[in-house]
Amino acid sequence: MAHHQILLNGESREIPPETNLDTLLEIFSLPKQRVAIELNNRVVSRKNWPATIVRDDDKVEVVHFVGGG
Amino acid sequence: MTDTFSLAGTSFTSRLIIGTGKYRSFDEMKAAHKASGAEMVTVAVNRVPLDGKTESFLDHLDPKMKILPNTAGCYDADHAIRTARLAREALETEWIKLEVIGDQITLLPDNEQTLAAARVLVKEGFIVLPYFTDDLIMARKLLDAGCPAVMPLAAPIGSGMGVQNPSNLRIMREQLPDATIIVDAGVGVPSDAAIAMELGADAILMNTAIAEARDAAQMATAMNLAVQAGRLAYLSGRMPKRLYASASSPIQGAIK
Repeated sequence: MAHHQILLNGESREIPPETNLDTLLEIFSLPKQRVAIELNNRVVSRKNWPATIVRDDDKVEVVHFVGGG
Repeated sequence: MTDTFSLAGTSFTSRLIIGTGKYRSFDEMKAAHKASGAEMVTVAVNRVPLDGKTESFLDHLDPKMKILPNTAGCYDADHAIRTARLAREALETEWIKLEVIGDQITLLPDNEQTLAAARVLVKEGFIVLPYFTDDLIMARKLLDAGCPAVMPLAAPIGSGMGVQNPSNLRIMREQLPDATIIVDAGVGVPSDAAIAMELGADAILMNTAIAEARDAAQMATAMNLAVQAGRLAYLSGRMPKRLYASASSPIQGAIK
Protein backbone atom coordinates (compact mmCIF):
# COMPACT_ATOMS: atom_id res chain seq x y z
CA MET A 1 0.00 0.00 0.00
CA ALA A 2 1.26 3.47 -0.87
CA HIS A 3 2.66 5.76 1.79
CA HIS A 4 0.52 8.51 3.21
CA GLN A 5 1.41 12.11 2.70
CA ILE A 6 0.95 14.25 5.81
CA LEU A 7 1.79 17.75 6.93
CA LEU A 8 3.94 17.45 10.05
CA ASN A 9 4.75 20.75 11.79
CA GLY A 10 4.13 22.52 8.52
CA GLU A 11 6.40 20.23 6.48
CA SER A 12 5.34 17.57 4.02
CA ARG A 13 6.29 14.05 5.15
CA GLU A 14 5.54 10.46 4.10
CA ILE A 15 4.50 7.81 6.59
CA PRO A 16 3.52 4.14 6.26
CA PRO A 17 -0.19 3.32 6.33
CA GLU A 18 -1.72 2.59 9.76
CA THR A 19 0.83 4.75 11.57
CA ASN A 20 -0.52 5.89 14.92
CA LEU A 21 0.55 9.04 16.77
CA ASP A 22 2.78 7.12 19.14
CA THR A 23 4.74 5.49 16.32
CA LEU A 24 4.76 8.76 14.39
CA LEU A 25 6.92 10.28 17.12
CA GLU A 26 9.25 7.27 16.93
CA ILE A 27 9.52 7.39 13.13
CA PHE A 28 10.68 11.00 13.25
CA SER A 29 12.73 10.62 16.48
CA LEU A 30 10.62 13.20 18.28
CA PRO A 31 10.49 13.40 22.08
CA LYS A 32 7.50 11.94 23.89
CA GLN A 33 7.77 13.66 27.24
CA ARG A 34 6.30 17.12 27.80
CA VAL A 35 5.06 17.43 24.25
CA ALA A 36 1.52 17.70 22.94
CA ILE A 37 0.01 16.65 19.64
CA GLU A 38 -2.69 18.27 17.59
CA LEU A 39 -4.32 16.33 14.76
CA ASN A 40 -6.24 18.49 12.29
CA ASN A 41 -6.44 21.34 14.82
CA ARG A 42 -7.68 19.15 17.70
CA VAL A 43 -5.53 18.11 20.63
CA VAL A 44 -5.20 14.36 21.03
CA SER A 45 -4.51 13.43 24.62
CA ARG A 46 -1.51 11.25 25.34
CA LYS A 47 -3.57 8.21 26.30
CA ASN A 48 -5.19 8.21 22.86
CA TRP A 49 -1.97 8.39 20.86
CA PRO A 50 -1.63 4.62 20.25
CA ALA A 51 -5.23 4.32 19.05
CA THR A 52 -5.15 7.36 16.79
CA ILE A 53 -4.23 6.50 13.19
CA VAL A 54 -2.78 9.24 11.01
CA ARG A 55 -4.40 9.34 7.58
CA ASP A 56 -3.53 10.76 4.19
CA ASP A 57 -3.57 14.57 4.10
CA ASP A 58 -3.74 14.83 7.88
CA LYS A 59 -2.21 17.87 9.51
CA VAL A 60 -0.18 17.06 12.61
CA GLU A 61 1.43 19.54 15.01
CA VAL A 62 3.85 18.33 17.66
CA VAL A 63 4.79 21.06 20.13
CA HIS A 64 7.11 21.46 23.06
CA PHE A 65 8.27 24.41 25.14
CA VAL A 66 10.90 27.01 24.40
CA GLY A 67 12.03 30.21 26.06
CA GLY A 68 9.49 33.00 26.00
CA GLY A 69 8.12 35.98 27.84
CA MET B 1 5.70 41.83 57.41
CA THR B 2 3.87 39.10 55.55
CA ASP B 3 2.75 40.39 52.21
CA THR B 4 2.11 37.41 50.02
CA PHE B 5 0.77 37.65 46.53
CA SER B 6 -2.15 35.32 45.93
CA LEU B 7 -3.24 34.34 42.45
CA ALA B 8 -5.97 31.82 41.69
CA GLY B 9 -5.49 30.11 45.04
CA THR B 10 -1.69 29.96 44.82
CA SER B 11 0.44 32.07 47.16
CA PHE B 12 3.67 33.64 46.04
CA THR B 13 6.26 35.44 48.14
CA SER B 14 7.72 37.19 45.11
CA ARG B 15 5.77 39.70 43.07
CA LEU B 16 8.13 39.36 40.15
CA ILE B 17 7.29 36.94 37.35
CA ILE B 18 9.92 36.49 34.70
CA GLY B 19 10.36 35.14 31.21
CA THR B 20 12.71 32.57 29.79
CA GLY B 21 13.33 34.05 26.35
CA LYS B 22 16.32 35.85 24.80
CA TYR B 23 18.97 34.66 27.27
CA ARG B 24 22.40 34.14 25.76
CA SER B 25 22.82 30.81 27.53
CA PHE B 26 20.96 28.46 29.83
CA ASP B 27 23.51 29.11 32.59
CA GLU B 28 22.86 32.83 32.36
CA MET B 29 19.12 32.24 32.49
CA LYS B 30 19.40 30.01 35.54
CA ALA B 31 21.57 32.55 37.36
CA ALA B 32 19.10 35.34 36.55
CA HIS B 33 16.13 33.27 37.67
CA LYS B 34 17.82 32.53 40.98
CA ALA B 35 18.79 36.16 41.53
CA SER B 36 15.30 37.43 40.69
CA GLY B 37 13.64 35.55 43.52
CA ALA B 38 10.77 34.84 41.11
CA GLU B 39 8.62 31.79 41.71
CA MET B 40 6.89 31.69 38.36
CA VAL B 41 8.35 31.78 34.85
CA THR B 42 6.73 32.02 31.45
CA VAL B 43 7.50 29.65 28.58
CA ALA B 44 6.36 29.57 24.95
CA VAL B 45 4.74 26.75 23.00
CA ASN B 46 6.55 25.93 19.78
CA ARG B 47 6.80 23.29 17.10
CA VAL B 48 9.28 20.51 17.86
CA PRO B 49 12.03 20.76 15.21
CA LEU B 50 12.04 17.81 12.83
CA ASP B 51 15.83 17.73 12.50
CA GLY B 52 16.20 15.59 15.62
CA LYS B 53 18.01 18.23 17.65
CA THR B 54 15.59 18.44 20.55
CA GLU B 55 17.02 19.42 23.86
CA SER B 56 14.42 19.69 26.59
CA PHE B 57 14.28 23.33 27.49
CA LEU B 58 12.24 22.65 30.61
CA ASP B 59 15.13 20.68 32.11
CA HIS B 60 16.96 23.98 32.51
CA LEU B 61 14.31 25.42 34.80
CA ASP B 62 14.42 25.17 38.57
CA PRO B 63 11.86 22.42 39.37
CA LYS B 64 10.47 24.63 42.14
CA MET B 65 9.41 27.27 39.62
CA LYS B 66 5.77 27.37 38.63
CA ILE B 67 5.60 27.28 34.84
CA LEU B 68 3.23 29.64 33.08
CA PRO B 69 2.90 28.77 29.39
CA ASN B 70 1.98 31.59 27.03
CA THR B 71 0.20 31.87 23.71
CA ALA B 72 2.84 34.13 22.16
CA GLY B 73 2.82 34.31 18.41
CA CYS B 74 -0.95 33.94 18.13
CA TYR B 75 -2.76 36.52 16.03
CA ASP B 76 -6.35 35.41 16.56
CA ALA B 77 -8.50 33.84 19.26
CA ASP B 78 -8.65 30.48 17.54
CA HIS B 79 -4.85 30.07 17.45
CA ALA B 80 -4.53 31.19 21.05
CA ILE B 81 -7.19 28.71 22.16
CA ARG B 82 -5.47 25.87 20.29
CA THR B 83 -2.11 26.84 21.78
CA ALA B 84 -3.57 26.96 25.29
CA ARG B 85 -5.08 23.49 24.87
CA LEU B 86 -1.73 22.12 23.67
CA ALA B 87 0.07 23.71 26.61
CA ARG B 88 -2.39 22.20 29.06
CA GLU B 89 -1.99 18.78 27.51
CA ALA B 90 1.80 18.89 27.53
CA LEU B 91 2.34 20.46 30.94
CA GLU B 92 -0.78 19.35 32.77
CA THR B 93 -1.42 22.89 33.94
CA GLU B 94 -4.58 24.94 33.69
CA TRP B 95 -2.59 28.18 33.85
CA ILE B 96 -2.15 30.16 30.67
CA LYS B 97 -0.80 33.59 29.89
CA LEU B 98 -3.19 34.62 27.14
CA GLU B 99 -1.54 36.75 24.51
CA VAL B 100 -3.25 37.55 21.21
CA ILE B 101 -1.15 39.93 19.16
CA GLY B 102 -2.70 42.36 16.72
CA ASP B 103 0.27 43.70 14.83
CA GLN B 104 3.77 42.45 14.02
CA ILE B 105 5.50 45.81 14.31
CA THR B 106 4.14 46.91 17.66
CA LEU B 107 3.16 43.51 19.10
CA LEU B 108 0.27 45.37 20.68
CA PRO B 109 -2.51 43.10 21.90
CA ASP B 110 -5.73 42.52 19.98
CA ASN B 111 -8.09 43.14 22.88
CA GLU B 112 -11.19 41.96 21.04
CA GLN B 113 -9.66 38.60 20.14
CA THR B 114 -8.13 38.33 23.62
CA LEU B 115 -11.54 38.72 25.23
CA ALA B 116 -13.11 36.21 22.85
CA ALA B 117 -10.38 33.66 23.63
CA ALA B 118 -10.59 34.35 27.38
CA ARG B 119 -14.32 33.59 27.41
CA VAL B 120 -13.79 30.22 25.72
CA LEU B 121 -10.78 29.23 27.82
CA VAL B 122 -12.37 30.16 31.15
CA LYS B 123 -15.34 27.94 30.27
CA GLU B 124 -12.87 25.11 29.58
CA GLY B 125 -11.44 25.48 33.08
CA PHE B 126 -8.29 27.44 32.30
CA ILE B 127 -6.81 29.98 34.69
CA VAL B 128 -6.51 32.75 32.15
CA LEU B 129 -4.04 35.58 32.70
CA PRO B 130 -4.61 37.97 29.81
CA TYR B 131 -2.09 40.44 28.40
CA PHE B 132 -3.96 43.48 27.10
CA THR B 133 -3.83 47.23 26.51
CA ASP B 134 -3.89 49.27 29.72
CA ASP B 135 -7.57 50.08 29.53
CA LEU B 136 -10.02 50.04 32.45
CA ILE B 137 -13.07 49.02 30.43
CA MET B 138 -11.24 46.10 28.86
CA ALA B 139 -9.95 45.08 32.28
CA ARG B 140 -13.53 44.97 33.57
CA LYS B 141 -14.65 42.82 30.66
CA LEU B 142 -11.78 40.38 31.17
CA LEU B 143 -12.53 40.11 34.88
CA ASP B 144 -16.23 39.63 34.14
CA ALA B 145 -15.25 36.84 31.75
CA GLY B 146 -13.69 35.04 34.71
CA CYS B 147 -10.01 35.91 34.49
CA PRO B 148 -8.47 35.83 38.01
CA ALA B 149 -6.14 38.71 37.11
CA VAL B 150 -5.53 41.17 34.32
CA MET B 151 -2.13 41.95 32.81
CA PRO B 152 -2.01 45.42 31.28
CA LEU B 153 1.10 46.44 29.36
CA ALA B 154 3.37 49.23 30.54
CA ALA B 155 4.73 49.66 27.00
CA PRO B 156 5.12 47.41 23.93
CA ILE B 157 6.75 44.00 24.45
CA GLY B 158 10.54 44.21 24.53
CA SER B 159 10.53 48.00 24.19
CA GLY B 160 11.95 48.80 27.62
CA MET B 161 10.10 52.12 27.54
CA GLY B 162 8.67 51.85 31.05
CA VAL B 163 5.18 52.84 32.20
CA GLN B 164 3.93 54.97 29.30
CA ASN B 165 0.58 55.82 30.79
CA PRO B 166 0.72 55.99 34.57
CA SER B 167 -2.73 57.58 34.70
CA ASN B 168 -4.30 54.49 33.14
CA LEU B 169 -2.71 52.27 35.75
CA ARG B 170 -3.81 54.59 38.55
CA ILE B 171 -7.36 54.66 37.25
CA MET B 172 -7.40 50.87 36.92
CA ARG B 173 -6.11 50.47 40.47
CA GLU B 174 -8.60 52.95 41.91
CA GLN B 175 -11.61 51.65 40.02
CA LEU B 176 -10.77 47.97 40.49
CA PRO B 177 -9.52 47.90 44.07
CA ASP B 178 -10.06 44.16 44.46
CA ALA B 179 -8.66 43.05 41.10
CA THR B 180 -5.25 41.48 40.73
CA ILE B 181 -3.29 43.65 38.30
CA ILE B 182 -0.02 42.36 36.89
CA VAL B 183 1.90 44.78 34.71
CA ASP B 184 3.21 42.76 31.79
CA ALA B 185 5.69 44.03 29.20
CA GLY B 186 7.54 47.27 28.68
CA VAL B 187 9.67 47.49 31.82
CA GLY B 188 13.23 48.51 30.98
CA VAL B 189 14.94 49.39 34.23
CA PRO B 190 14.23 48.84 37.93
CA SER B 191 12.75 52.32 38.33
CA ASP B 192 10.07 51.36 35.78
CA ALA B 193 9.18 48.33 37.87
CA ALA B 194 9.14 50.42 41.02
CA ILE B 195 6.84 53.01 39.40
CA ALA B 196 4.38 50.31 38.32
CA MET B 197 4.35 48.86 41.82
CA GLU B 198 4.03 52.32 43.42
CA LEU B 199 0.96 52.87 41.25
CA GLY B 200 -0.58 49.79 42.81
CA ALA B 201 0.26 46.90 40.50
CA ASP B 202 0.16 43.61 42.39
CA ALA B 203 3.02 42.09 40.44
CA ILE B 204 5.23 42.61 37.39
CA LEU B 205 5.99 40.25 34.54
CA MET B 206 9.16 40.96 32.57
CA ASN B 207 11.62 39.22 30.31
CA THR B 208 13.76 41.39 28.04
CA ALA B 209 14.82 43.91 30.69
CA ILE B 210 16.64 41.10 32.50
CA ALA B 211 17.62 38.86 29.59
CA GLU B 212 19.14 41.68 27.52
CA ALA B 213 20.99 43.33 30.39
CA ARG B 214 24.77 43.03 30.08
CA ASP B 215 24.75 41.27 33.45
CA ALA B 216 21.40 39.51 33.55
CA ALA B 217 21.74 38.07 37.05
CA GLN B 218 22.71 41.40 38.55
CA MET B 219 19.80 43.10 36.79
CA ALA B 220 17.51 40.38 38.10
CA THR B 221 18.62 41.24 41.63
CA ALA B 222 17.97 44.92 40.94
CA MET B 223 14.48 44.14 39.60
CA ASN B 224 13.71 41.99 42.62
CA LEU B 225 14.63 44.88 44.94
CA ALA B 226 12.74 47.42 42.84
CA VAL B 227 9.55 45.40 42.90
CA GLN B 228 9.84 45.07 46.66
CA ALA B 229 10.60 48.78 47.07
CA GLY B 230 7.67 49.78 44.91
CA ARG B 231 5.34 47.48 46.78
CA LEU B 232 6.41 48.80 50.18
CA ALA B 233 5.99 52.36 48.92
CA TYR B 234 2.48 51.63 47.69
CA LEU B 235 1.52 50.07 51.03
CA SER B 236 3.09 52.99 52.89
CA GLY B 237 1.06 55.64 51.07
CA ARG B 238 3.01 58.34 49.31
CA MET B 239 3.16 62.00 50.39
CA PRO B 240 1.00 64.41 48.40
CA LYS B 241 2.64 66.23 45.49
CA ARG B 242 2.82 69.99 45.99
CA LEU B 243 3.68 72.71 43.54
CA TYR B 244 5.57 74.68 46.17
CA ALA B 245 8.05 73.83 48.90
CA SER B 246 7.12 72.65 52.37
CA ALA B 247 9.92 73.16 54.85
CA SER B 248 11.20 70.09 56.66
CA SER B 249 12.88 72.03 59.46
CA PRO B 250 10.94 74.32 61.81
CA ILE B 251 10.80 77.89 60.57
CA GLN B 252 9.78 79.28 63.94
CA GLY B 253 12.66 79.43 66.36
CA ALA B 254 15.36 79.80 63.78
CA ILE B 255 17.84 82.43 64.87
CA LYS B 256 17.51 85.86 63.41
